Amino acid sequence: MEIRENLRYSEDHEWVLIEDDMALVGITDYAQSELGDLVFVNLPEEGDEVVVGEAFADVESVKAVSDVLSPVNGTVAEINEDLLDAPEHINSDPYEAWFVKVQDFDGEKDLMSAAEYQAYIDGLS
Amino acid sequence: MLIFEQSKTGRGTDVLGACDVPLVQLDVAHKRASTLHLAEVSEVDVDRHYTALAKKCHGVNDGFYPLGSCTMKYNPRLNEAVANLPGFTDIHPLQPAASVQGALAVMQMLEVALCEITGMDALTLQPAAGAHGELTGLLLIKAYYQARGDAKRRKIIVPDSAHGTNPASATMAGYTIVNVASGPDGCVDLSALEAACNEEVAGLMLTNPNTVGLFDKNIRAITELVHNCGGLCYYDGANLNAVMGQVRPGDMGFDVVHLNLHKTFSTPHGGGGPGSGPVGCKAILADFLPNVRVAGEDGARHFMRPAQSIGEVKAFYGNFLVYLRALTYILSLGAEGIKEASENAVLNANYMRVALADLYKMAYDGTCMHEFVMDLSELKKATGVSALDIAKGLLDNGIHPPTMYFPLIVHEALMIEPTETESRETLDAAIQVFRDLYRAAQESADTLHAAPQTTPVGRLDEVQAARKPVLRYDFDQ
Amino acid sequence: MGGYIPNTTDERQTMLAASGYDTFAELFADIPDDLKLQTPLDLPAGKSECEVRQLMRDLAAQNRVYREIFRGAGAYRHYIPAMVTNVLAKENFQTAYTPYQAEISQGILQSIFEYQTMICDLTGMDVSNASVYDGANAAAEAIAMCRGRKQHKALVAQTASPAVRQTIATYAFGNEMTIVEIPEKDGRVDLAALEAALDESVACVYIQHPNYYGNLEEAAKIGELAHAAKAKFIMGVNPMTLALVKSPREYGADIAVGDGQPLGLPLGFGGPYLGFMATTQKLMRQLPGRIVGQTTDAGGKTGYVLTLQAREQHIRREKASSNICSNQALCALAVGVYLSTMGPGGLRQVAEQSMAKAHYLAQALVDAGLALENTGGFFHEFVTTGPVRAEVILAALDAAGILGGLALDEQRILWCCTEMNSKAAIDEVAKIVREVCANADI
Repeated sequence: MEIRENLRYSEDHEWVLIEDDMALVGITDYAQSELGDLVFVNLPEEGDEVVVGEAFADVESVKAVSDVLSPVNGTVAEINEDLLDAPEHINSDPYEAWFVKVQDFDGEKDLMSAAEYQAYIDGLS
Repeated sequence: MLIFEQSKTGRGTDVLGACDVPLVQLDVAHKRASTLHLAEVSEVDVDRHYTALAKKCHGVNDGFYPLGSCTMKYNPRLNEAVANLPGFTDIHPLQPAASVQGALAVMQMLEVALCEITGMDALTLQPAAGAHGELTGLLLIKAYYQARGDAKRRKIIVPDSAHGTNPASATMAGYTIVNVASGPDGCVDLSALEAACNEEVAGLMLTNPNTVGLFDKNIRAITELVHNCGGLCYYDGANLNAVMGQVRPGDMGFDVVHLNLHKTFSTPHGGGGPGSGPVGCKAILADFLPNVRVAGEDGARHFMRPAQSIGEVKAFYGNFLVYLRALTYILSLGAEGIKEASENAVLNANYMRVALADLYKMAYDGTCMHEFVMDLSELKKATGVSALDIAKGLLDNGIHPPTMYFPLIVHEALMIEPTETESRETLDAAIQVFRDLYRAAQESADTLHAAPQTTPVGRLDEVQAARKPVLRYDFDQ
Repeated sequence: MGGYIPNTTDERQTMLAASGYDTFAELFADIPDDLKLQTPLDLPAGKSECEVRQLMRDLAAQNRVYREIFRGAGAYRHYIPAMVTNVLAKENFQTAYTPYQAEISQGILQSIFEYQTMICDLTGMDVSNASVYDGANAAAEAIAMCRGRKQHKALVAQTASPAVRQTIATYAFGNEMTIVEIPEKDGRVDLAALEAALDESVACVYIQHPNYYGNLEEAAKIGELAHAAKAKFIMGVNPMTLALVKSPREYGADIAVGDGQPLGLPLGFGGPYLGFMATTQKLMRQLPGRIVGQTTDAGGKTGYVLTLQAREQHIRREKASSNICSNQALCALAVGVYLSTMGPGGLRQVAEQSMAKAHYLAQALVDAGLALENTGGFFHEFVTTGPVRAEVILAALDAAGILGGLALDEQRILWCCTEMNSKAAIDEVAKIVREVCANADI
């Protein structure tokens, strides 16, 4: 299970990458392996407000749909439209497959570090 | 091969004669310019094509079909003979009432019978399916509160074991959903329900027997809790086959109920429809029923519109030729036959349950109603063989698998509903197959992972189907 | 009497004992005693097959099957080839459940895939679902799928069928969308009124084409107006007409819906029929209901499965955009068999003859003394008005075994012709109407 050092993590298995004034948000390797083969993703619209712990997107496998909860507060500046055509990238490359870029964000400081997230998922199994 | 791949320019069937009046030209602004392909095939081609497709299907009249919560009972041939009478098939829905007295009598007779079976006061036959009935029933509740000027009731309580249609229907009716967790016995947790009951609650949706096949013995306390907070109780009739003639939803305290005639009353499922989902209600809701109700006596029957009708949920009077079959069935069974059907549905389920309980773990202990749920999570842990694998193994034995992975509150669930129309020999044979598959899971798990082997196709790639949807034939290819 | 339980009384007792019970009552021990029925249901005693059949025959005999029908208004008497009835009687199709177990349901799944292809072919759209309950339900579902976060209003043409408009209104009572009806002008959508009603809160515009009165609407123009206001354009169409009339796609529609009854389904006192829904690639994921897709098995063999299921109620529950669960699979099969038997040429004949005969009847009725209300082009339905009350005309036809058009009000009659109406029968109608008009005390 890959966990990247340079990211912050939520208990709901989302990752955050701070890049300049944007927060990129995606789901972790652990999350994608639990969800199985993803076949579609529903993304928010640019300009939508996201709130910590609230759903901003959902991912579909063949037989299930799961909410993706926001790890930060802020405003959606950009969505990753590539995922709409190729949701399999979330499975194959979860840390490159960002869902949204969030601007004017906060809340990222409450998230876990890579080591903390590792300990957290070790505790789950 | 697809019918389109058999198409040859110029082939066809001579169905109509020449036009005996002069043809007229359509205004060029409205004339179709794009090609209409369809298939150009001979009559023989069509016949062989559909005969080949029919061979690649399995219906309940082909063999055992213990699909939980779907009540796949035998579909009597008499029903079909009746539904094909020209006096029923060839009447226009907008004929004068005097010319359709027989059809109106069918509607009236069926309404009376279904009200008696459910303990309701009035009923509409308009909804075309169970989910359609749910929406209709919830709109009755909505109209009822609106007429009383009670605008704050915006919530519907749904247990987590419910069919997915329940919460979806409530959303379509404009309600928000309050999910309540089930207790460890699969029944409603009374304290959780009590906590959810307040003056914002419009109603509760419930199936009883519930989706794990148990009769909730607290049913009276449940309906009272809801009534005491001012709400109404909705009965999802999906499982009525277990209790018809024994106990009635109306007597349990329900105010509105939908039935699935294609389950309980033997009308064919048709590969997914058409069904029929009548909605019965207590007198307090009768004024809100859809427009098309039948009134009057012999020779003077006519349609009438309830005073504060919610309107129509579809065109015309529901799936007439479907519910006509249900009336045929009810007349055949009569009062005693209906009770006998539920008794034997419950007997057959318990007979299978007891014969499998030493191998398969039952999700819930004790007597079940018309269906029971097995929990295969331990088998999966020990052998790697999942509920899906067992289901696919059944296919190789000519048995339609039980419902898989439902209800959601049981992991690796297989839900078995044999129905009353199966003989002891059929049940014994199926029990043997289940037992053999259990042994196969221990000894040769790989063969089950690879099942089915004897069907026209093997397990299909559903991920590919959903990621890159191919939803029609491409004529340009 | 006529139950369908194979086991004898003795066998049942043996099975009870084998399961650890003495009596049936023990099986129902969980039902509180005071709730149990104390007396038998108040229903007639069961009857034999022979008795029931006779009883149902008697009921059928109380319905009148007209030898000639000139009434449509949402239900049409077309010729149904013998092939359709025969294929539908095949029990493997008829008595199967929803094809969730794809490996033993390939026949049904493929038939639905072919149906979806035919609906796309007819309408010109990209994607069709596996069908919904009927045309009215399809229209209501189409409107619901257009709802946006800020677009909660639907404009519905008053020239659409009353049954469809009422169904739309009932669904809107549930989902709380706002429905605004666009008035008619000379039997067509009043374009000025439509333009005035369009604003940023409008999610979609629904029209029927040909409309309830048989008139062809200015569909392309209506579509342009809708799109200019960023609203979706939904067309309700009679699929039979599409052999001649432009497809909804050619008019710029985003969603095409309608009732499949004219394609091989009997009148059946109003049902079961079938609602079809087709849309663009862009709106595919908003489409409700079952959809069948093509895929392969591990050996590379082509097969069909229910797909895009995460849209649906059994997975998405309260977040699903629709609660629809079933489709009208057997009716979709009928449509597939009908269209395969007729072929593109046969369907064109049906459309041409229906239209030609309606025009012939319209002229004959004008010659007989009625006035035609339709001012522009119409298809196979039209409206007359006249010096004689509608009920008098219809009663005279009824006496001759003919179901005339539908009375819209005291004077106006909505007529319909199909390929089933012969020139001789039309002439007979005209003759009767002429006599009625001649004898009327105006």
